[in-house]
Amino acid sequence: MSVEVRITKDFGAFKLDIDFKSESKRIGILGASGCGKSLTLKSIAGIEKPDKGRIAVGERTLYDSSKRIILTPQERRCGYLFQNYALFPTMTVAKNIGVGLKCGKTEREERVRNIMKRFGLEGLEKRFPGELSGGQQQRAALARIMVYEPDVILLDEPFSALDVYLKDKMQRECMELLKDYPGIVILVSHSRDEIYRFSEEAMVIDKGRIIVHKPTKELFANPETVEAARLTGCKNILEVIGEDGGKKIIGIRAHEFETVKPLSSDYFTFKVLEPRVTEDLFEYNITFRPAEESEHMLDWKISKYQWDMEHEGMPKEIYLKKEKILLLEQAYFL
Amino acid sequence: MEEMRGVFAGLDFSPLWISLKTGIAATIISFFLGIYAARKTVKATRGMKAILDGILTLPMILPPTVAGFFLLLIFSTRRPVGGFLLEEFDIKVIQSWAGCVVAATVIAFPLMYRNARAAFEQIDVNLIYAARTLGMSEFSIFWKVVIPSAGPGVASGTILTFARALGEYGATSMLAGNIPGKTGTISQKIAMVIQDGDYVTAGVWVFIVMIIAFLIVLVMNLIFGRNMKNVKRW
Repeated sequence: MSVEVRITKDFGAFKLDIDFKSESKRIGILGASGCGKSLTLKSIAGIEKPDKGRIAVGERTLYDSSKRIILTPQERRCGYLFQNYALFPTMTVAKNIGVGLKCGKTEREERVRNIMKRFGLEGLEKRFPGELSGGQQQRAALARIMVYEPDVILLDEPFSALDVYLKDKMQRECMELLKDYPGIVILVSHSRDEIYRFSEEAMVIDKGRIIVHKPTKELFANPETVEAARLTGCKNILEVIGEDGGKKIIGIRAHEFETVKPLSSDYFTFKVLEPRVTEDLFEYNITFRPAEESEHMLDWKISKYQWDMEHEGMPKEIYLKKEKILLLEQAYFL
Repeated sequence: MEEMRGVFAGLDFSPLWISLKTGIAATIISFFLGIYAARKTVKATRGMKAILDGILTLPMILPPTVAGFFLLLIFSTRRPVGGFLLEEFDIKVIQSWAGCVVAATVIAFPLMYRNARAAFEQIDVNLIYAARTLGMSEFSIFWKVVIPSAGPGVASGTILTFARALGEYGATSMLAGNIPGKTGTISQKIAMVIQDGDYVTAGVWVFIVMIIAFLIVLVMNLIFGRNMKNVKRW
């Protein structure tokens, strides 16, 4: 099954222009807030109406402006997990899960019971959402979506409002629960870690447009554009003069620097001048000037363990494998 | 005290029944009309919303006598609408109980509408989106998700509407008049006996109105309060 989304919507100052097709079952959309990633998800679910375009899941066309096809959200079979879960506060958990099911009372109760068991919600049938913990609420919201067996599940930044401990726990739980789900899942997030862990295929949206779209691992290895490099967490983005004399934009991930002098020649050497160190729990962040004449300061991150293992005090030089340099392009000129 | 007892013994209770009947009828009509209008307004575009809201709230801001004037203009049997109703359906709004209900509804309706609308606008719109993606029909979303979530606002609107309709005076006296046993409501009775200088009878009716008003508000709060488990105590 594939997903195809080609939509445009004009908001005046902001234009949404999304175009992608994917055969993958786990798709990640990475973007800063306000880039249009949530709008894209809402358009797929039918909550937001694009100006024109086409949205199809497998053989089913959900929206096609040229053929005047606009399915209602009710007809789209797209489950949507909201950041605040949007559980109905006046209904019990069991009622919340069963309320959308179109079947007889006995079958509904049976299905609700089964899904609650699968999602570890037994004993909470009569509780109201306000009486559940965050984790239970997420499970209830996912159960409510899954019981309805949608073709697509859309996750709209489900973890971004959580504290660090809970975030990791709930991400793992969510992935576990979605593991056996046969349909397509699209996750929207501004967190590169979430996208990296979750998706097989990822795209980066910036200012309403997709700037890169490829298999997740490849995207992180070669983000292609400045914007994507930044969103995938590349700390050092700078303009340099290449060997041919032309201007180039390159990216260097802060973790890629090495401290042990390499024997091979495929390395660049950087001086560590004016280093400023900030200490994190498990790593040091060092800002340094790579050469006397350089106007750029670079960021370098190294784990404390490695630091302690490899040397004492601040090294005079550090090294970077040539192939680790990311060659970047500006997606568009600002 | 003796005097009071004498007044109670010889009291014509028709104003009480007329007021209660009017209040209940006007509240029922306003309940559905108010919710309907609130729902339409919430879904309207911004400009449309401002216009609709202005028109729907007007009866609350204008003096009741102005509303009465317009109602007379519409329902006078010598005018098209009033004449049509009388000829085709044999309905006479002027100088009749129907007039009491119409006047009370027009005056009290904005309270229902405004409270319902404020309550609808407070609802997390994601709840409605979520309900749609779950395949719930718009009708069932409205009655199962919106109305229960808007419960407290709808309840207070209903209570206020009833209280206002029960005591309506200005528009009622113009449209329905004060025909004892037919359109003579408690408010009109009080005004009438005070003009006659009968303060004892007026006092008795004032007492009755206060008791009723208090009891009804109390009962409705208790009934609606039971369905509001999700509302947290401060």
